Amino acid sequence: MIENLGFGVLVITLIVCIYGIFASFYGLRKNSLAWVESARKAMLLTFPLITLAVISIVILLVSGRYDVQYVYNVTSNTMPLYLKITALWGGQSGSLVFWSWLLAAFTTAVTLRKWNRDREFLPWVIIIGLVTLVFFVSLVVFVENPFVRFWQTPTGGRVVSMFQPVEALLINPPDGRGLNPLLRHPGMIIHPPMLYLGFVSFVIPFAFAIAALITGRTDDRWIRVTRRWTLVAWLFLSLGLVLGSRWAYDVLGWGGYWAWDPVENAAFMPWLTGTAFLHSVMIQEKRGLFKRWNIILIILTYSLVIYGTFLTRSGVLSSVHAFAQSAIGPLFFIYLTFTMVVSLGLLLYRWSSLRSEGTMHSVLSREALFLLNNLLFMGILAVTFWGTNFPLISELFTGQKVTVGPAFYNRSAGPLFAGLLFLMGVAPLSAWGHSTVKTLGKALWKPLVGSLLVLVAMYVGGIRQWGALLALWLCALVIFITLYEYIRGVLARQRRSGEILPVALWNLASRNRRRYGGYIIHLGVVLMALGIIGIEMFQTETQATIPPGGSIQLGQYEVSFTRLDLFDTDDGRNVARATMSVSQNGRPVGDLFPRRDFYYDSGQPMTIPGVRSTLEDDLYILLVDWEPITSTGVTFKVYRNPLINWLWIGGFVFILGTLVAAWPDKDPEPTRVSVSRRNIASRQADG
Amino acid sequence: MTIDGFTNKPVRGGRAKFLVGGGLIIIAVIYLIVSSAQASAQYFMTVEEMNQKGDAVLGRAIRVSGAVVGESIRYDSTTFQLEFEIAHIPADNQEISDQGGMAVVLHKAVNNPSLPRIKVTYSGVKPDLMRNEAQAILTGKMGEDGIFHADELLLKCPTRYEEEIPDQAVDG
Repeated sequence: MIENLGFGVLVITLIVCIYGIFASFYGLRKNSLAWVESARKAMLLTFPLITLAVISIVILLVSGRYDVQYVYNVTSNTMPLYLKITALWGGQSGSLVFWSWLLAAFTTAVTLRKWNRDREFLPWVIIIGLVTLVFFVSLVVFVENPFVRFWQTPTGGRVVSMFQPVEALLINPPDGRGLNPLLRHPGMIIHPPMLYLGFVSFVIPFAFAIAALITGRTDDRWIRVTRRWTLVAWLFLSLGLVLGSRWAYDVLGWGGYWAWDPVENAAFMPWLTGTAFLHSVMIQEKRGLFKRWNIILIILTYSLVIYGTFLTRSGVLSSVHAFAQSAIGPLFFIYLTFTMVVSLGLLLYRWSSLRSEGTMHSVLSREALFLLNNLLFMGILAVTFWGTNFPLISELFTGQKVTVGPAFYNRSAGPLFAGLLFLMGVAPLSAWGHSTVKTLGKALWKPLVGSLLVLVAMYVGGIRQWGALLALWLCALVIFITLYEYIRGVLARQRRSGEILPVALWNLASRNRRRYGGYIIHLGVVLMALGIIGIEMFQTETQATIPPGGSIQLGQYEVSFTRLDLFDTDDGRNVARATMSVSQNGRPVGDLFPRRDFYYDSGQPMTIPGVRSTLEDDLYILLVDWEPITSTGVTFKVYRNPLINWLWIGGFVFILGTLVAAWPDKDPEPTRVSVSRRNIASRQADG
Repeated sequence: MTIDGFTNKPVRGGRAKFLVGGGLIIIAVIYLIVSSAQASAQYFMTVEEMNQKGDAVLGRAIRVSGAVVGESIRYDSTTFQLEFEIAHIPADNQEISDQGGMAVVLHKAVNNPSLPRIKVTYSGVKPDLMRNEAQAILTGKMGEDGIFHADELLLKCPTRYEEEIPDQAVDG
């Protein structure tokens, strides 16, 4: 019953969407507000409809309806309730419904805003939103249906289908296969939804850009309208990426946080172009430059979202030939091609109306440095894209599949990241329109000296790897510049207004949230860089097999094996848990409990590390192998990961900065900076 | 020549420095990609192909996939030396599904002594999923001793490829 309801609701959604598209077109044709309003209402209807479908799936999951194939694949009797609910996005078809639901939420939210100033955009934004929804809901209804069930035909054959085959009986398995143990973790609650939110919400700025191209309103309006939406989309995507790496660190048991895996890269690529876009639109707002480039960037970002989801869902990564095994691959590919062709076609159509309003003069001006920023991001994108697609390309053209590992990405993207780190420090100090070595130098020299002192201190302290010295020096530089800018701003404000420090700080930031929020975001990035440098360049490890009572030494840490406990849990696991006492430089600092879980239903083991986290480092212990008590002992692997927690702290600061930047400004909208010779001369006089 | 660069230079000359600068960066990126790809490229092969190519693959970074032969697994947990054999499985997904799916292919590979095999040695922690009929994806080099020295070892659980449609419940 419920499965039929869920499926029926999705079919109705499809019909409503198609109606909305036609109503919008008709309204445009006949210049009828009433028809466009009807289309808007159709759009509003999609969200409650898909919500019903989502509720149906969740009810099926929670009530253990293993006759439904999706429920059988992703749940089992021993899974706790919260995991049964999150299993909604645990498999292909469920996650497509989830994606459609989030998409409907966003398109609904955008239809609810005030449209007075942008009436001409409305029908097109509705059309684009509904077309995207039609695509994803069609995938669910026609290709990957979560409501199909198991049937036994009279001849004894077994079949999977939505509707009952003639005289067939329902098959009702007693238990399901259950979610992959790696997914049975609280991270499952938040990482996929954040990532999906990030992907899905980029459709809004994309829709407005296309609407701007179609209507000919190629001024900055579309950028200003979508500024906050873009920031929100970018925020979710960033959160999704950071949470994913935290999850990998917690449970994948190899002490790492990012593997340049194709699935990770698929989420990273739109983030790269999205970040470039966030910076590049500021150039358009301040100087009227790069209008065409900004449109290209948002089209590219949205296309990379679709491409990423195509890569991960179609099976094309395991082999080019796996591509056509499910209809999903070709359908995504067609949709991607269609999107890119139409978007780029529209851009060419409006090419001449997107002429720049000025020129760049100075290599050190902020717009020039932002251009450099964009080039570096595109460079990293090229590296990531090449590495991810190289196996496909090589197989397609030579028949021989060739892959590249993390070494490729580190070598080629490393210098580019370093360049970005440097820019993050220097660019905020440059001025729009014009900057010279002299003006930049004036703003720069004090933090520069501070950072050089840090560099010397590190060298004296024993660090000799030039890569680490360079990277750490850049981090110090950016931190000092950010602090210096804040201090300068607060002191200047205090001189004028006489406010006490916290009030001055608050008012400073709230007067120009984008600028000071941006500084906080950059600070967050630097802290993350610090964590990455720590673990990548200074990690130490050791492994040993020891009996109870034995101990392992790693640097200043000593890890003693106290005992091993074996027990079964309520949720279907057999657990082997070791108790380890840790001491640092002879002083005891606590106990850790690395363990091995073995899931009965899926027959899969999982290694959970015991971790002690401080600002300085993580002590990370893995229980590797054990045999019955009579033999030599238990094998442990111990890692020391310096500074790794700054990666997570930096992520938190990063998110905080985005919230500051996204909060509505008290100031009116940014105005153009005119660059005339008179301006330059007077600015030079000021020094 | 003044420091500020904003004298009577023609606008065309102004554009040139941006084009040159941008071009240099693009060239640098291309160089980085090409040189790193050459240095880190790994060739994807099957066990059969590796045996056929013989000495030609010596010293080259290779990624090979095969079925773990359970009875050949030897692990010394004091030295962390893991040794095992893998049996040939086809690379083509169409061929795998024609034969009845990955689980069937892995099972056949291990139980068919006439299929090509190679010996593997790996230094490190024995992975949780190391067992008979698991699918192993190895990255490393073929040594002169005819044994594949794996730097990276990835395992996929055989139960993942279980039957698509389960049996009817006993109670009916």
